[in-house]
Amino acid sequence: MAEPSTTLSPAPSSEAPAGRRAGIGDALRALELDTRMVGMIGALAIVWIGFDILTGGAFLTPRNLWNLSVQTASVGVMATGMVLVIVTRNIDLSVGSILGFTGMVVGVLQARILPEIWGFDHPMTWVVAVLAAVAVGGAVGAVQGAVIAYLGVSSFIVTLGGLLVWRGAAWWVTTGQTVAPMDGLFKRLGGGFEGAIGAGPSWAVGIAAVLLSVAAILVTRRRRAGFGFPVRPLWAEGVVILLVAAAIVGAVLVVNSYPLPVPVVRRMMEAQGLSTDGTLPFVAHGFAIPVLIALAVGVAMTFLSRRTRFGRYVFAIGGNPEAAELSGINTRRVMVMVFGLMGALCGLSACIATARLNAATNANGTLDELYVIAAAIIGGTSMAGGVGTILGAMLGAMVMQSLQSGMVLLGVDAPMQNIVVGLVLVAAVYVDTLYRRGLK
Amino acid sequence: MSGLAMAVPAAAPLVEMRDVSIAFGGIKAVDGVSIDLYPGEVVGLLGHNGAGKSTLIKILSGAYAADHGEIRVNGEPVHITSPRDAKRCGIETIYQTLALADNVDAAANIFLGREKLTAWGTLDDHAMEAEARKVMGRLNPHFRRFKEPVKALSGGQRQSVAIARAIHFDARVLIMDEPTAALGPAETRQVGELVKQLKQEGIGIFLISHDIHDVFDLADRIHVMKNGKLVGTARVSDVTQDEVLGMIILGKCPPGAVPGPGAVG
Ligand SMILES: Nc1ncnc2c1ncn2[C@@H]1O[C@H](COP(=O)(O)OP(=O)(O)OP(=O)(O)O)[C@@H](O)[C@H]1O
Ligand SMILES: [Mg+2]
Repeated sequence: MAEPSTTLSPAPSSEAPAGRRAGIGDALRALELDTRMVGMIGALAIVWIGFDILTGGAFLTPRNLWNLSVQTASVGVMATGMVLVIVTRNIDLSVGSILGFTGMVVGVLQARILPEIWGFDHPMTWVVAVLAAVAVGGAVGAVQGAVIAYLGVSSFIVTLGGLLVWRGAAWWVTTGQTVAPMDGLFKRLGGGFEGAIGAGPSWAVGIAAVLLSVAAILVTRRRRAGFGFPVRPLWAEGVVILLVAAAIVGAVLVVNSYPLPVPVVRRMMEAQGLSTDGTLPFVAHGFAIPVLIALAVGVAMTFLSRRTRFGRYVFAIGGNPEAAELSGINTRRVMVMVFGLMGALCGLSACIATARLNAATNANGTLDELYVIAAAIIGGTSMAGGVGTILGAMLGAMVMQSLQSGMVLLGVDAPMQNIVVGLVLVAAVYVDTLYRRGLK
Repeated sequence: MSGLAMAVPAAAPLVEMRDVSIAFGGIKAVDGVSIDLYPGEVVGLLGHNGAGKSTLIKILSGAYAADHGEIRVNGEPVHITSPRDAKRCGIETIYQTLALADNVDAAANIFLGREKLTAWGTLDDHAMEAEARKVMGRLNPHFRRFKEPVKALSGGQRQSVAIARAIHFDARVLIMDEPTAALGPAETRQVGELVKQLKQEGIGIFLISHDIHDVFDLADRIHVMKNGKLVGTARVSDVTQDEVLGMIILGKCPPGAVPGPGAVG
């Protein structure tokens, strides 16, 4: 197609919104930070500092933050999937029940079935258990997705049915018996001091994360520049890199200053044949394995939603389902995949939750659907569809867990905790509505 | 300029819809309509509101499945049951509703369903943005808002995005359902130029418009519909604008036109 003169000659300045008021405004704009995300982080900071003051410094301790991160992992993992579900204008009310069901399946698998095949504490047991949980959860989700996409039953109804069906199925697996204990290696997926990776590996993870983030930022910059597109000024790029690095290093410092309990250290040293006389060394927890799993899921899901066709289709369907269909997207298949993915993440969360309890019970994950949906919504996912971020949902999960554990520290009783969380959910959505209106 | 396009009447039409019908809950939106289109030809599709124009072309674009009738491309019968099928046949559509995903940007809309990928199979947003800038430059040279969701664009800018999406992928048949409804005079002229340019390249175009002047300016032939039926077909050189108005409003077929099943009298 022969083409007249106008191609790309974008003067960078012509793309910046008008309104020259030099100073902080311009500087923030140059950073191209997501204002909503900055707001969320600000809200989390307020919650944290508020509780720290109210509890007289008991909240912002390595110990509390470490526990907070472990407690957030299971809901955080599921919230990443819920974002995609809600973005496509659907809902999944069955996630807590799928967690309960797959939890029972992995419990029976590793405590009864696999030991009969290769005995207890086999090194492959946890691998098989996790794969089975993900596969069973994914299959359950995909079946629900197929009913929604191909039979045209609304997701609210299908997953409301699923909430009952899979909770019932969880009971059926053992006719209500609790299965315990879990496999030794599997148990590490739940955290606890066996499930923490220690100081050195935590530094390794942190440094790798910093390097990867920097590389990603620079590669993007190079590519944009290569196409002649506007890029952030160098100083702004530097500030962004510094912020990212500071956050990661800060997290490593926190988890590395939470010591293992003395008896545990003594037992570890005795096991290595070291003398335990005198003062015992400081041995740090480091990152908890469930937290690393949740972070890895967050990164993978962000990648999936931003950098792949599948993710693009998910958002397009949420923006305008008819347009997505008309542009040739197989919207039904995408829907099945979204619900399948949601189910698979429930399976993964089931592993974390079961490992943490060190038992599989058919009540595991009860009410999780509400926490997961609330996390996604507090994290800026719009019920109208088409809008939402993985990071936001994980921060949302963190906000809710912070509220809960803060109130526990303050001795607020459970019914009051629910009242507060409920009010915060409504308030968060209201603030978000105001924000969106302001954007228009 | 008229008369040129039917230079090769013996060759099979680029697209032919034969005796096509579709009903929505008892209402016959399209009733036994036959239309055709030759390479390098612009065919205007006219009719009052609700005449069935959009429904007819949505059958061709794969959005609806006809209850009855046949579609041929280059003389070969084809089964178009989804938008994917239509695109595979080289049929691109600018929908009256634009059919844009409001929450993603112009480039994402232009490439929706046909994304460019990097060597690793990930979205190549930069390459897509670069091409989007090129094709948008052809339609709307002042357009700069490539980073924003199309929800934030003006009606005319959105329409330009929808047009860009249709022309970017080497269409053989282009369906334009009121493509200039939201455009200003300069952009409308630009689309007119574009239509002439695409025609030169041998692309066949169905143009739906309520602006008879535009249609007379751009089209070689017209099909007029009324209440789901074809009133008649004519070359623009053989009828006057008043006669065409008579076809649209009264369903009356003038001597210069070939009457269809929907003609009165
Ligand atoms: N999806 C649908 N469901 C039910 N009825 C429909 C549907 N689509 C179109 N119709 C009906 O079919 C008839 C033809 O509609 P269509 O949109 O094809 O008209 P049109 O000629 O494009 O009109 P306009 O000039 O206003 O765009 C109308 O009576 C309309 O109400
Ligand atoms: Mg129409």
